[in-house]
Amino acid sequence: MTTLIANHVPAALPAVRRPRLRWNHDALRRFALSWPLPLAVLLLWSLAARFEWLPPQILPPPSMVAATFIDLMASGELPDNLWISLWRVLAGFAAGAAGGLALGVLMGLSPTAKDYLYPSFRAIAQVPSIGWLPLLMMLVGIGEALKIILIAKAAFVPVALNTYKGLENVSTRFIEVARVYRFTRWQLLTKVVWPAAFPQVWNGIRYGLTHAWLALVAVELLASSEGLGFMIVYGRQLYQLDVVLAAVVVVGAVGFALDKVLALIENHLLRWRRDGF
Amino acid sequence: MTASNNADLRRLLRGVTLPALLLAWWWAAFRFGWTEAVLVVPIEKVWDTAVRMSSTGVLWQSLGASLARDLAGFALGSLAGFALGIALGLSRLLENLVGPTLHTIKQISLFAWIPLISVWFGLGDTAKVIFLSLAAFFPVALNTFEGIRSVPRELIEVGRVFALSPGQMLRRVVLPAALPSIFNGVHLALIYAWLATLGAEYLLTSGIGIGNLLTDGREHLWMDQVLLGIVMVGLVGFGLNLAATRIETRLLRWRGNSTGQY
Repeated sequence: MTTLIANHVPAALPAVRRPRLRWNHDALRRFALSWPLPLAVLLLWSLAARFEWLPPQILPPPSMVAATFIDLMASGELPDNLWISLWRVLAGFAAGAAGGLALGVLMGLSPTAKDYLYPSFRAIAQVPSIGWLPLLMMLVGIGEALKIILIAKAAFVPVALNTYKGLENVSTRFIEVARVYRFTRWQLLTKVVWPAAFPQVWNGIRYGLTHAWLALVAVELLASSEGLGFMIVYGRQLYQLDVVLAAVVVVGAVGFALDKVLALIENHLLRWRRDGF
Repeated sequence: MTASNNADLRRLLRGVTLPALLLAWWWAAFRFGWTEAVLVVPIEKVWDTAVRMSSTGVLWQSLGASLARDLAGFALGSLAGFALGIALGLSRLLENLVGPTLHTIKQISLFAWIPLISVWFGLGDTAKVIFLSLAAFFPVALNTFEGIRSVPRELIEVGRVFALSPGQMLRRVVLPAALPSIFNGVHLALIYAWLATLGAEYLLTSGIGIGNLLTDGREHLWMDQVLLGIVMVGLVGFGLNLAATRIETRLLRWRGNSTGQY
């Protein structure tokens, strides 16, 4: 026991004295170490393409992918398709998240509504969005409505589920304290229940956006004549793998950016949580 | 006792109200000729189709094919993810080397891989299983890694006091403590693998499976087959979920329910 304590104390002191320097050194090291693997893959890829271990239709050299990427950017083809995809995902996500929040709040606050709606909701949620795709294609065709509905459904389920669970899981102790302070129902909801449930609600929103993006790519691969997913299918059909890879990189970058934006908003919205601790 | 039974019964009745209304409306629409649409089929027809396809065996063959590739991909992907997760969790150096690349690749939307995989591995079962294992790989790898990283330092210190060898430390301290998070990953992997099975069957259109049943139904405008397919997809998803939850509770029973007690 004494050794544990003795080990801990001296280690803690220098860390407090010069945290900035240590952090910088650490970050630098991490940054440097993150490069060897992708560079090795890139090197192997270049070599494989250079010596034609695989035909270029199957594995185009990285330089070609980069050149295609620049071409597609310059010609406006990539940005145009990107905007179409982004618009779809944002419209579908907004609709789905709004519906999910409404249903989640309803089920979370009213046990009667929950009894009526939750089993049906679970049944619908059981089938992944992509399972509904053939049915929706038959019902609404393959127009814009199909994409928006499918993306909205993908976002709807996690938002509704997490909103409901978040509200349900609010600790009864918080509510008891609020009762002691004689909060009105409105005060209870806005000052206690909502802040307590918010982190999980937000989690649902983040999942919702991830699922929306996943659904967008799926629906564009299967039924679309524009958008990033369509570029991928189109490039694949013409055996232009450079186009496919360029579009895949953009799909990854957008997914990353969407997630980062939500993480930043979360940090901003949940600032108050950190002050207490 | 009776009071709680009544409450359960009431909850059950309320739960089936909405689906029952929907089914009744569907049935009535045909019974009383409210609709002339060709696409919408009477409810009995879905049942007839189910009986017909199950007696010819098509339904079971499709289901079997889908499940087999789902589980094969899931097993491969989770094992690989588990191994990488442990390696990254135990070694800071590996984490720094591989972690950033892993987190970057993770961002690529799952289905965007399919066209690439189809070029590299064809349209057959190899390509499908590779895609499915990719779907299962990321959640298991990331959650195993997170689980190992969040093992409380105290537990490791106790292990040190007992002078456990690295192997013992891993088996007796680290993995059990990380188990809930690992299960989380496995559970997610199961869900994603099933989602990916459907996607793979839609896009890599060769062979049989529930996904092919759905796409065939759509192409021929057989609404009954599409609806049957959706029900099957839901049932399989439900079954996999249930199995995962059961196994999880069983394997985590030793933890007791201390967290649920306050």
